[in-house]
Amino acid sequence: MSETLLFALELTISGLLVGLMYSLVALGFVLIYKASGVFNFAQGDMTFLAALALASFVVKIPLWISLIVVLAIMLILAMAVERIVLKPLVARPPLVLFMATIGVAFFLQGLAQGIWGTQPRGLELGLADQTYDVAGMFISNMDILGAVVAGILLIALVWFFQKTKTGRALRAVSDDHEAALAVGIPLRKAWGITWAIAGIVAIVAGALWGSRVGVQASLALLALKALPVLIIGGIDSIPGAILGGLIIGAAENLAEGLIGPAVGGGIKNFFPYLLALIVLAVRPYGLFGREIIERV
Amino acid sequence: MTQGAKPPLLRVNNIEVIYEHVILVLKGVSLEVPERGIVSLLGANGAGKSTTLKAISNLLHAERGEVTKGTIEFAGMRIDRMHPAQVVKQGVVQVMEGRRVFEHLTVEDNLLCGAYTRNDKKVRGDLNVVYRYFRRLEQRRQAKAGYISGGEQQMLAIGRALMSKPKIMLLDEPSMGLAPLLVEEIFNIIRSLNDQENVTVLLAEQNAAMALDFAQYAYVMENGRVVLDGEAAVISDNEDVREFYLGLTEIGKKSYRDVKHYKRRKRWLA
Ligand SMILES: Nc1ncnc2c1ncn2[C@@H]1O[C@H](COP(=O)(O)OP(=O)(O)O)[C@@H](O)[C@H]1O
Ligand SMILES: [Mg+2]
Repeated sequence: MSETLLFALELTISGLLVGLMYSLVALGFVLIYKASGVFNFAQGDMTFLAALALASFVVKIPLWISLIVVLAIMLILAMAVERIVLKPLVARPPLVLFMATIGVAFFLQGLAQGIWGTQPRGLELGLADQTYDVAGMFISNMDILGAVVAGILLIALVWFFQKTKTGRALRAVSDDHEAALAVGIPLRKAWGITWAIAGIVAIVAGALWGSRVGVQASLALLALKALPVLIIGGIDSIPGAILGGLIIGAAENLAEGLIGPAVGGGIKNFFPYLLALIVLAVRPYGLFGREIIERV
Repeated sequence: MTQGAKPPLLRVNNIEVIYEHVILVLKGVSLEVPERGIVSLLGANGAGKSTTLKAISNLLHAERGEVTKGTIEFAGMRIDRMHPAQVVKQGVVQVMEGRRVFEHLTVEDNLLCGAYTRNDKKVRGDLNVVYRYFRRLEQRRQAKAGYISGGEQQMLAIGRALMSKPKIMLLDEPSMGLAPLLVEEIFNIIRSLNDQENVTVLLAEQNAAMALDFAQYAYVMENGRVVLDGEAAVISDNEDVREFYLGLTEIGKKSYRDVKHYKRRKRWLA
């Protein structure tokens, strides 16, 4: 195999591995958007809160107990959001709900920093960073771990939505929440479950990203990284979020590695947005987003 | 009103509904549906039929509406303070106006969603019951509900409601936008559901001719009030109903009709 080809392959693989983690962040948005039609501005801060809580617990108690405690926090948070924010705003326009999630975002950021302080922390998951040589390509074990964990969670979620009674009901709610209510699907329970799932996604994303880049407030900006994924994949498509993440991960890595040196680098930061703009021009609801079904 | 030996299955007692805290839409509506009966609720667009049905299913909250006066009883029990899901569990299910199928779910998944409130093991078997009544749905079981025809969607909406094993079905304008032959097919199926599955029916319709033919008893609504009620046969013979709802009139001049309409309304309300 030629040198460049091998290099491109290595870039693609490590890009795909990181891409799965983008998928994960994007998925948090997709879930809530599908169930309640809200773009949840707080998803990034939920990720930050989860990562910060985990980072502060894990230095005192074993990892698995820390994870359970953080899980409990996220579940309580989901119930609180449903009760305090969503319930009083039922049947309000989506923009009102969006504004409410902005409020939740700032509240969470303040809450997390109020409890655990503002200084950046490292998050040790007890795994030494190593790089393996696979057929001449260098692949990091952190990338592999992240991809495996993200992959398992994604598969579990797809299974849950497609195959279980509750998952089916959540899909029904996302199609027509009033009709769902009319056949006896409890809307508030559905929203609570959705936010709880988004919370779980935030924990996994927070743990994986936190252990790579450290835990600080800018972790919440990962949400911005999810935007191009959402535009490319479509904000209401679970497979779209997964594939969108993979596409962005591979594309930005390839662009940086192959074109970057020629133009002085730094492509990675804007390339995803460039890609998103192109997709937006060609297919406004994303590559996989649902078309509005209109019959005559 | 009908005063049989048995209490009615459903009793709506002088309810008032207000939207957005200020818009008074129902101004004291009362009606009764006897067990296993077919009762229709007639009225022009905007009369308050859908609001009445939504009040019964307790769906008004999602539209910022509220029952501010009166009571709703089902099988002797107050249901006006229950959650919508609980109302369904009691056996009161609604087929909303405009079909409202879950467009991105398959026909079969739509039906399974209808059984959400049930925990028994017979759900899968009941799919076949629905398919027996609605043959067309069986052929389209794996199709996305958004892509089946309007008539099939209406059948799906009714089949989905049937999956909850209801005692009473509230049907909101099932004939809307469908060809007469299809409407007849659907009404015949509803009649057999009433007959063989013991489903009581409350039917809201603008299509008065069809509904009066189908029901035993009818209520006529206008402007948030019940202005007339009686046996369907009697209502069909009512002079005003014949003129305004069945279109059976000799008078051709529109302006004259309007004047007369106004006078007649006054007579009803007196
Ligand atoms: N969500 C709502 N907010 C305010 N007004 C409403 C709402 N829904 C219905 N209305 C009003 O209530 C009246 C009755 O409507 P509706 O019950 O839908 O009548 P029908 O089903 O007989 O056509 C109409 O004047 C309508 O404009
Ligand atoms: Mg209506």
